[in-house]
Amino acid sequence: MTPILELDRLGKTFEADGHSVVALADVSLAFERGECHAIVGESGSGKTTIANLVLGLMQPTEGEVRFNGVKLPGLRSRQQKRAIQLVQQNPLSALNPRRSVGASVRLPLDVHEIGPSRERAGRVAALLEEVGLDGEMARRSPRGLSGGQRQRIAIARALACEPELIVLDEPTSALDVLVQARVLQLLHRLRVAHGLTYIFITHDLAVVRAIATRVSVFQKGRLVETGPVEAIFSDPKTAYTRQLIGAVPVVTPEEAKLRDAIRAGSEAAGT
Amino acid sequence: MSEPVLTIRDLRLAFGGRRGHPVLHGISLHVRAGEKVALVGESGSGKSVTARLAMGLLQESPRVHATGSIRFDGIEAISGGRDIARRRGNRVAMIFQDPTSALNPTFRIRGQFRDVLRSGDRGISAAEADRRAEAALAEVSIPDPKRALDSYAFQLSGGMNQRVMIAMALANRPALLIADEPGTALDVTVQAQTLGLMSDLTEKRGTAVLLISHNLGVVREFSDRVYVIYRGRIVEHGTTAQLFAEPRHPYTRALLAAIPKISGGGLPDLPERSPEFESPLIVHEGCGEPVEARA
Repeated sequence: MTPILELDRLGKTFEADGHSVVALADVSLAFERGECHAIVGESGSGKTTIANLVLGLMQPTEGEVRFNGVKLPGLRSRQQKRAIQLVQQNPLSALNPRRSVGASVRLPLDVHEIGPSRERAGRVAALLEEVGLDGEMARRSPRGLSGGQRQRIAIARALACEPELIVLDEPTSALDVLVQARVLQLLHRLRVAHGLTYIFITHDLAVVRAIATRVSVFQKGRLVETGPVEAIFSDPKTAYTRQLIGAVPVVTPEEAKLRDAIRAGSEAAGT
Repeated sequence: MSEPVLTIRDLRLAFGGRRGHPVLHGISLHVRAGEKVALVGESGSGKSVTARLAMGLLQESPRVHATGSIRFDGIEAISGGRDIARRRGNRVAMIFQDPTSALNPTFRIRGQFRDVLRSGDRGISAAEADRRAEAALAEVSIPDPKRALDSYAFQLSGGMNQRVMIAMALANRPALLIADEPGTALDVTVQAQTLGLMSDLTEKRGTAVLLISHNLGVVREFSDRVYVIYRGRIVEHGTTAQLFAEPRHPYTRALLAAIPKISGGGLPDLPERSPEFESPLIVHEGCGEPVEARA
């Protein structure tokens, strides 16, 4: 089966003041339909550049992005735009404060002419309920809502487009742990219920372990390791992945044991 | 057991005056000489305002109404004032979450470091200050201290700035360092290095630390003793070993369960809020409040 998304020898170089900065170099990677594929790395690893290229917010300098086997052009069709959606890191700035919650969720329905217009208000309420909010919240302003509530609204807005793929850019890193746990569960349920594919961008490896099915590790714009989530955590192949897992602050003896084994592996490998 | 350097008793705080919005509902905690104590909680729990009050940074704000007691070295600081800052001198230092915005962008590190050292030693010469600044930067593993001193904060990485902040904070040998979410804005590997460095240096010098954090993993690795704060109240207090081996308060248990683990396992179905989380304080064995010698 054709992967839902393929990055083929993808590269992005930025030119500024006569310098060129390579943000992404020669990345080839396939995303299978229905998976939650985590993109992991530190600042400067190229995570956000991948998101921007997949969303069409910038154009690659090398290679191409294929969606369902078709190369995505510089100017995407409305259908192509609708099929790939984004949930951003900061829920406080993701919503327009001058627009009601309902208007924010309704906007993509109007733009993409999804469903008859008389049914759209009901659709907005249903979307809010699907992400665990009261349909009545449509009338409210995002001001005064918690970070968790706003992130749920951003998820509802992405779902409104009935997308095939959602790019989640650090969707829970601004949330408290109890809220984060709820939002991660919601994301998991939605993926299964709608057969969605996620690109989950994060620097938090414990979150990756909880939600991802597959992991790709990036360092300085290069793909260093990719594999199923269990394999990455039980037997990381590269020194950099071991270093990342080894730096996670842990809370249980089981975690400490795993981490110490991974650290010991790094020393044994002479890194 | 050593004497407490910082003792906070029944600290209450409201924003907007006496009848304003209550934020702290009677916080009591202490930090002994050389001890590493963590105050851990979620956003809005009151952990950062507690740190700011302990540092004397909030008292003078007209919107703040604080009661209770904050004693450092026997000096009462609940009402704040310049006098308190002067009498405390450089005995308390603080580092903040975002090191790049904590440093002044319009001055080179050299000038800012000189100011810090001069506040501890008025007669210090520029050459002597620079020599001590270089030594302090070398101690926090900054590869080229001279070059770092000639830089502006925006020319250094976040990790470098955090190390500069640690070096500055410890330069005048404070008895207590208050660290508010240090390294949270940094990558995990840099955060781990920063915390390791802070731990080594404070241990070597016998500096007590009050660590403010939302990250239980960081708390477990860094601190000797932990207070868990929820909505303006301490809900559990124990040694780090006690608290992580046997968390007893429903809120602490929920927090620990809700954190994703690198060892796997699903996420539990927990509420974001619960009346149970407000149940009374649990103090683990041997962690009672110290009895202060009467003057």
